[in-house]
Amino acid sequence: MNFEVIREYLPLYQEAAVLTVKLGVLGIIFALLIGLACALVQYYKVPVIRRIVAAYIEISRNTPLMIQLFFIYYGLPKIGIRTSPEVCGVAGLAFLGGSYMAEAFRSGLNSVEAIQTESAFSLGMNRVQAFFYVILPQAAATSMPPVVANVIFLLKETSIFSAVSLMDLMFTAKDLMGIYHDTTECLFLLVVFYLIILLPVSILGSLLERRLRYAGFGA
Amino acid sequence: MGKEDIEDIKEEGQQDGGQAMLSVEHLVKRFGTETILDDISFRVNPGEVLVIVGPSGCGKSTLLRCINALEDVQGGKILLNGLPVAEGGRKSPSVGTKIGMVFQSYDLFPHLNVIDNITLAPCKVLKKKRFLVEAEARELLKRVGLEGKEKSYPRELSGGQKQRVAIVRAMCMHPEILLLDEITAALDPEMVREVLEVVLDLARQGMTMLIVTHEMSFARAIATKVMMISDGHVVEEGTPEEFFTAPKTARARQFLNTFTYESVR
Ligand SMILES: Nc1ncnc2c1ncn2[C@@H]1O[C@H](COP(=O)(O)OP(=O)(O)O)[C@@H](O)[C@H]1O
Ligand SMILES: [Mg+2]
Repeated sequence: MNFEVIREYLPLYQEAAVLTVKLGVLGIIFALLIGLACALVQYYKVPVIRRIVAAYIEISRNTPLMIQLFFIYYGLPKIGIRTSPEVCGVAGLAFLGGSYMAEAFRSGLNSVEAIQTESAFSLGMNRVQAFFYVILPQAAATSMPPVVANVIFLLKETSIFSAVSLMDLMFTAKDLMGIYHDTTECLFLLVVFYLIILLPVSILGSLLERRLRYAGFGA
Repeated sequence: MGKEDIEDIKEEGQQDGGQAMLSVEHLVKRFGTETILDDISFRVNPGEVLVIVGPSGCGKSTLLRCINALEDVQGGKILLNGLPVAEGGRKSPSVGTKIGMVFQSYDLFPHLNVIDNITLAPCKVLKKKRFLVEAEARELLKRVGLEGKEKSYPRELSGGQKQRVAIVRAMCMHPEILLLDEITAALDPEMVREVLEVVLDLARQGMTMLIVTHEMSFARAIATKVMMISDGHVVEEGTPEEFFTAPKTARARQFLNTFTYESVR
């Protein structure tokens, strides 16, 4: 391993890592919002819209991110919508992640028994109060493990951004390898940077899970 | 709804002279095509304890759920102090907190400890000051023998303790009427008494209640009136003395016989 090479490439990787994290975080935030909205539509069985949501979830879960990205990147300009690769990356991640987050939130909401809502109503709470004080805290505890797993999954999926010529970590590694053939160093840096991004998320996630579980249910 | 409509309903609710707190008139409840409650009518006056008995599956829970506006009804009226309990399929806001209910299955909020379970609704719904509600809650917990359990979570309590907390939680909303649906049915026998004592205590304080129970000696002790439902109809209604010692209908006699055993010797 040539540390001279590593020192030389480091700034390029740093730049790529910042881009990866930035787009990844944005994509995940939108995925969480889409997921929550979809889960609520399904939980409260909103007519018509829930069918659209169900179709979206099936499409999103059963097609690869690569193909979703190509659709957005090459398809949208065809119908007159011009976007940048960055927007495509975020949109692709949000489109894919939305359905995964929806399933995570839905499993949480469904785990709360109907009697909980009825008790809340019996105590005079309205729907909104019942949701925020009774249903959501219980659902959040159940949803947390799959949500954390999805965050990690989506951060890893960002490695596909290079397909729409975004200069993310993967793109940088492939680019440098193609030009200079320093395969070992390039791959080493790639792994290290992904670990730097993912390990803290993973650790934070399990801490959060434990906090929610213990604080929430008094074990 | 205009003021005049409300006056109209009030008058109807107070027909034949009584100032009924709760009045159920010609209630019909169906699930799909199956009629569960068919033309049920009765009154509950302030301070009365009406015990509802009947075979399993006859619609006792459904009746309480209708009164608490947890179910939509297909016919008839349910009025509390002359006002309909439901409006557009939901519990009407004016009635909202005046009906309290405790269920058979444990229904405490598992993510909140005992004191938070009790204070949540008074603070958020009635907008009361937390320290005031908490003081009241502690007082009531002490009264039902749960002093020191304030910080416990539901999963750390026995079934009997959970039901006592549930009663205190309902009472802290100061309901005008309390609905109890077989609140001891899921309990081990030795815990039944500690919960029923609390209910007896409420009755002594004059609490208006509608109680569904299979504990016949408790029913006899607490009821001011007993009503038996079977096949969707009220088959018999009377004082506990009348009902338990001299039931008028064959159906009621048959039902009461299921609680006694003939000696084999
Ligand atoms: N949500 C529901 N949908 C369909 N049928 C129901 C529902 N809830 C109760 N029932 C039916 O209504 C009848 C009365 O039930 P319930 O009120 O629970 O009886 P009880 O409390 O007297 O044992 C039963 O036959 C039951 O199967
Ligand atoms: Mg029942």
